[in-house]
Amino acid sequence: MKAFGISSEAIDLQAFREQLLDRSCGAYVQFDGWVRDHNEGQKVLRLEYEVYEPMAVKEGARILDEARERFGVSNAFAIHRSGLMELSEVAVVVSVSSPHRGEAFDACRYIIDQAKVRLPIWKKEYYESGAAEWVNCQRCAHASEHMQEQIHPRKSR
Amino acid sequence: MHVTVRYFAAFREATGCETETLATSAASPAELFSECTGRHAGLQNYSSSLVAINDEMAGWEATLKDGDEVLFFPPVAGG
Repeated sequence: MKAFGISSEAIDLQAFREQLLDRSCGAYVQFDGWVRDHNEGQKVLRLEYEVYEPMAVKEGARILDEARERFGVSNAFAIHRSGLMELSEVAVVVSVSSPHRGEAFDACRYIIDQAKVRLPIWKKEYYESGAAEWVNCQRCAHASEHMQEQIHPRKSR
Repeated sequence: MHVTVRYFAAFREATGCETETLATSAASPAELFSECTGRHAGLQNYSSSLVAINDEMAGWEATLKDGDEVLFFPPVAGG
């Protein structure tokens, strides 16, 4: 399995976790992003991800490399769904394993935050009202600018 | 020169097309995007957050060459 993947089918979380098993690691951190039933005051029924796969895969692998370098974690994997998704499905998974927990939490957070603002992936929400909209993640873009200033990566000891 | 422009997500719906090949004298992606905004009224409400040329992220002032494929990305929202 590639370190960063795009999947049009449900993610097998067990198989995904197993690829990070590592005897030198004492910490495993996993973030799941779920499909939520509301956004900005509207009831969401389902959503759709459009992914430009050739570049999403390259940029995703770059983010994972950065996380390994900046935080010194042993293993970092992520997978993002594409296509139509129902409520409570897992849209994205990020997993990190490392000797100790501190860097695993930091690296996991870094990966999901960067993924949200750098990957060519767009989300369309379908609402109870019958309307559907591409979600404009301006807030994410704004957060990202600040994040760049605030992150002071710790080197592994 | 000729370049191919590729639209995604909200841009594809706003322009009604996925790709188009244009004869242009635009020197940069910034100039090209403003030309596209002129061609497609639906694009006028948007700004493009990121641009790529031939599948590599690029700057808005990068130099365009004949045959380039320019990708305009609406604001992204993965995760």
